[in-house]
Amino acid sequence: MLFSRRTFLAGAGAGASVVAITGCGSGGGSGGEVTFLVDNDPNNVVATELLIEAFNDSQADYVFTMETRPGGTEGDNLIKTRLSTQDMPDVFSYNSGSLFQAIRPAQNLLDLSDQPWVSRVAEVYPPSVSVEGAIYGAPHGGSNSGGIWYHKPTYEELGLEVPLTWDDFIANAEAAKSAGKHGIIQSYGDTYTSQFLVLADFHNVAAVNPDFAEQYTANEVGFADDPTAFKAFEHVEQVTQGGLVNEDYVSTTLEQALAYLAGGEGAHYPFFSSGMAEIKATHADKVEDVGFFALPGDDPETNGLTVWLPNGIYIPSTAENQDAATAFIEFAVSAEGLAAMAEGAQPTGPYMLTDVELPEDVPTAIADLQTYFDTDGATTPALEFSSPVKGPNLENILIELGTGSIDARTAAERYDQDVEKQAQQLGLEGW
Amino acid sequence: MSTAALERPAGEVRSRQGRAGRRSSYLAKAYPLWYYLPAGLLFLVFFAVPTFASFFFSLTRWSLFDWEFIGLENFRQFLSEPQLIGSLWNTLIYAFLTSGAKVVLGMALGLLLTSQIRAQGLLRSMVFFPVLVSTIGVGVMFTTMMHPTDGLINSTLAIVGIEGPKWLANPQLALFSVALVDIWKGVGLATVIYMAGIVAVPQEYYEAAKVDGSGSWSTFRHITLPLVRPATFTVITLSLIGGLRSFDLIWAMTGGGPGFASDVIASVIYKQYQAGFYGLSTAGNVVLFAVVMVIVLPLNHFMRKAEVEQ
Repeated sequence: MLFSRRTFLAGAGAGASVVAITGCGSGGGSGGEVTFLVDNDPNNVVATELLIEAFNDSQADYVFTMETRPGGTEGDNLIKTRLSTQDMPDVFSYNSGSLFQAIRPAQNLLDLSDQPWVSRVAEVYPPSVSVEGAIYGAPHGGSNSGGIWYHKPTYEELGLEVPLTWDDFIANAEAAKSAGKHGIIQSYGDTYTSQFLVLADFHNVAAVNPDFAEQYTANEVGFADDPTAFKAFEHVEQVTQGGLVNEDYVSTTLEQALAYLAGGEGAHYPFFSSGMAEIKATHADKVEDVGFFALPGDDPETNGLTVWLPNGIYIPSTAENQDAATAFIEFAVSAEGLAAMAEGAQPTGPYMLTDVELPEDVPTAIADLQTYFDTDGATTPALEFSSPVKGPNLENILIELGTGSIDARTAAERYDQDVEKQAQQLGLEGW
Repeated sequence: MSTAALERPAGEVRSRQGRAGRRSSYLAKAYPLWYYLPAGLLFLVFFAVPTFASFFFSLTRWSLFDWEFIGLENFRQFLSEPQLIGSLWNTLIYAFLTSGAKVVLGMALGLLLTSQIRAQGLLRSMVFFPVLVSTIGVGVMFTTMMHPTDGLINSTLAIVGIEGPKWLANPQLALFSVALVDIWKGVGLATVIYMAGIVAVPQEYYEAAKVDGSGSWSTFRHITLPLVRPATFTVITLSLIGGLRSFDLIWAMTGGGPGFASDVIASVIYKQYQAGFYGLSTAGNVVLFAVVMVIVLPLNHFMRKAEVEQ
């Protein structure tokens, strides 16, 4: 009696998944119809629609259609399931870096190392879509960056300058707070936004120890025992316990946070440069009121930007129409293809192709990012692109830290423990 | 069929033993073993196989592409990580708190709504109404209402000059805030069960008690309470199992947060699955299974015994 409900649910669930699996068995193409699977972010969908339209117009052999999937962890599981059941459309877009490593590229994807566009890709990109020297993905659109959004009129009003060290940054936040604004906006209502003070700090970690990523992958160094890396955890403690953040930071959402920023109620917000898309959509008249700078570290000389590399476009090894798939990828990385995408949704950072420039009409905050890319050694890919080791719980550990439940030391130790599971799951050596 | 019908009356007069023997052979003839096959097959494929597969996969590191046998490592990890072990305590707190409150409030409302009061029908519907609403809907609604500054609850409290607590944003309070909503939503069902139990108590007992000069408290204590015991047991069993497995409301309201403050086993299992730790996630399911068993089986046994003694 106790289990009748359980049994029923188990049966119903299993039945439903059988239907789901057989129901989407038409992933492959027939008669020149090919499917491109992308995540359902609205900007991405608009850009992809225009890309596909432009590609279909540019040749007569293949007709591409778009299929969307959920993003985030739900998307991760969908990608893994479709790959392991050999039900993946002929071309799909998915994260590069750590998440890419978790889908067993060598086993599941087509090696694209010999494609003509490979020589045009910026040097920094290929390692994030490679396994043992073989390249499996092409960059999908522009890069993204992690750093600090700031309110320009506030800076002008208070006579502040873009800070090059952490201490200057805190001084600016204090000044804004004294002027009755939120010094630094935090938005734990959307949990993932809690991570930027740590993740975007990686350029500063790598500036001190260029081998950090490698040593981290080999379990030789962690956030609790590397003094530079540990600083990021102290920073979170400092800003939340020091009262620099907005009062309702535990329940504030990303949307509210961007409203605080655009309206000038808050002076700083650590987030992705891609936040520009939302600012543009909801605060169109404030686009030029916001600027973006790299998360500063200790040394003004090594100031630089932590960069999130674009998704990869991949072809599963089970693809039925490989010629169509490779032709599509070639178009997607061409100037023409990127221009088509930019028409739907503007890029949020420079492209990963050496011969394609950002469009003229991007907002100043995004165009300014190019300065970092043009300066030697002023950009570093985020840790998740140079090491496959990334724990799933960083966001919640930082919220525990930020709400005062634990201290910085404990938080760093817990995160080091959290990544163990991922490393073991990937079968890395030394864990 | 017709032969069987004819044989039956003849069977009635035969000895007890012979009748039983005949009956079983008749059953075997009428319902051969392969009758069970369709149901058995469904049970095997959709219940038995996944159950045993999950016991097996809880002992592996599983990536959907391949698996590696690692013994009890997943269980060691599950029971050693502060976030995971914390969820175990939260689950117990949540289950016992909601279950206890549903018993007490359910009984109180049951008594109230079976007594002679005005607008009885309306009040009964109002108490039961939350049970009919989708849990996710309730979760989203209360998340909005419990917002620390803009929420309906705290704005109302502010009018009378009280500064309301940060219901879901305070790590110490979040689990209890969710439990409160769970009680609000679940107490209707407990009330209905109690009402059925109370109405079933024969009126004669109350009349006899009245004749003997029993006051209302002593009537409740010595007549109502013992006689609605089956209802109490039903409410405890249902709400305790529900509480131990609860997921939807917590997920809709806090996602286990802030941090891990309101994580329960079910939400942790879901998070491990999200992160792609399929083996660890399955091990969590086995732990949940064990916890429910360890609590509910003895409880069930005890309650059955108590009922028989009565």
